[in-house]
Amino acid sequence: MNMTAIGAIYKFEMARAWRTLAQTIAAPVISTCLYFVVFGSAIGSRIDEVDGISYGSFIVPGLIMLSVLTQSISNSAFGIYFPKFTGTIYEVLSAPLSFLEIVVGYVCAAASKSIILGLLILGTAHFFVDVTISHPFWMLFFLVLTALTFSLFGFLIGIWAESFEELQRIPLLIVTPLAFLGGSFYSISMLPPIWQKISMLNPVVYLISGFRWSFYNQADVKVSTSLIIIGCILAICIYLTYLVFKTGYKLKP
Amino acid sequence: MESIISISKLNKTFKGGFQALKNINLEVKPGEIFALLGPNGAGKTTLIKSICGLTMPTEGKILVGGYDIVEDYKKARRLVGLVPQELTTDAFETVWNTVCFSRGVFGKKKDSQFIEKILKDLSLWDKKSNILRTLSGGMKRRVMIAKALSHEPKVLFLDEPTAGVDVELRKGMWDLVSELKALGVTIILTTHYIEEAELMADRIGFIKNGEIIMVEDKDKIMKKMSQKTIEVTLSDKLDNVPTELKHLDVRLFGDKMNYLYDESKMNMQSFLNVLVQKNINVQDIQTKESSLEDIFVQLVKK
Ligand SMILES: Nc1ncnc2c1ncn2[C@@H]1O[C@H](COP(=O)(O)OP(=O)(O)OP(=O)(O)O)[C@@H](O)[C@H]1O
Ligand SMILES: [Mg+2]
Repeated sequence: MNMTAIGAIYKFEMARAWRTLAQTIAAPVISTCLYFVVFGSAIGSRIDEVDGISYGSFIVPGLIMLSVLTQSISNSAFGIYFPKFTGTIYEVLSAPLSFLEIVVGYVCAAASKSIILGLLILGTAHFFVDVTISHPFWMLFFLVLTALTFSLFGFLIGIWAESFEELQRIPLLIVTPLAFLGGSFYSISMLPPIWQKISMLNPVVYLISGFRWSFYNQADVKVSTSLIIIGCILAICIYLTYLVFKTGYKLKP
Repeated sequence: MESIISISKLNKTFKGGFQALKNINLEVKPGEIFALLGPNGAGKTTLIKSICGLTMPTEGKILVGGYDIVEDYKKARRLVGLVPQELTTDAFETVWNTVCFSRGVFGKKKDSQFIEKILKDLSLWDKKSNILRTLSGGMKRRVMIAKALSHEPKVLFLDEPTAGVDVELRKGMWDLVSELKALGVTIILTTHYIEEAELMADRIGFIKNGEIIMVEDKDKIMKKMSQKTIEVTLSDKLDNVPTELKHLDVRLFGDKMNYLYDESKMNMQSFLNVLVQKNINVQDIQTKESSLEDIFVQLVKK
């Protein structure tokens, strides 16, 4: 591994985030605050506890996951799409870097950003509600794993996309609905049986369930199942990335 | 001498079936300046991209410094710097950061002094903190050259480095190229300013429709292909070419007589003698040699 080169890409990407601080950090934090005001205080005060947890506290893990998920994808997709769009990608592609090193540089930068974001939201949430973390190690583990997995997914979208419109398409049409229906704001057990079954097809359910377990020791599905599902998504993304670079898909005509 | 770049049987067919490179075989010697000339769409950029790993060759083998660009790509690419034809810069970065980034990406340790020297050489030092967006086109091109030089390449590709660069700066660029050559850097450049190639190149390759149609030392090309014309300005117009000169390529244009010089048929002295014998009054005599540009035009027309 060429650490100097990976470091150069990583630093470059992090510097970009720093420049667009408002966009990468402030915007998601503000929208989280809005969620707490609307769901936590306004509506939540009328809702009983969910699984024995006050509603405001209940939605914290889901909200964090929602942001980490969408921000990992969009950060990473944009991070690789932009140099592709401007043409500056030529430099990285002609550098003595293996594809693995390129991916590590871009994906780690995107993942770092969304991990920092996740922790910021967690900090913000503390101002509004009580949050307990029963399994801090697993909490971080889920956070890092999700950030990495979906940064890699975003990376693939960024390579596939040929226009800004396409760049938005998958996140908007697939990821956002799945994320909202993934149990951020409710427990799957609150759904009618048929919808419970259908929900099991939504991978986000497993992410949020596992993550929530690390906070409140309660989950919709088994924790091991959550881990396996995330592991599978990660494996698929790694394989697709490997194919992209092996064939030069959309990067090398 | 071992070649620094060695290309054999290189073919490139783009998706959609367009064949941009046809069976290219080419050797570039270490330390030389090699000019790649050809009309628009000939395949110059595609050839350069293939060597730099930006395009996947359909067939063929490319070695840089003896390293296969596929199997030993890291070692091969470490030797190569590229200034692409299109101006592509990270609009929101500073000059300093973008040049340091290039060095880093090629795995070289940070070296502020070295970068400072490059920026000074390219008269970019006072712009080092500028955002790239705020630079002029010529400055951006120099930034791209700085980026390519930042990792101390042994082989430098300059794909039309002087397009859109003003006269003074173009001269500066030539000086830079000679300096790099003195340091032992091999330079492969493309240009549409043929006189530039004539001035700088050691060897020249002509490429047309994806095929290399000629690779030759510049001096040899000039000797072999160049033609001398003797242009005589006459005091009185002639109606016909004198019979003694009929077997030569002699033409009359108004008060001028042009002899496409061919020593084997008639040398200069005999030609002048004929004029004197025929009592033809001469006002002026000029000889003209064709430039590389004329040779280029001839080759492209063929
Ligand atoms: N990605 C691509 N897909 C399909 N065809 C391409 C692609 N890139 C280049 N070509 C074609 O290959 C041919 C050679 O292009 P190339 O850019 O190598 O020309 P060039 O010699 O550099 O010309 P110029 O002097 O205009 O820069 C052109 O006909 C071009 O249309
Ligand atoms: Mg070109």
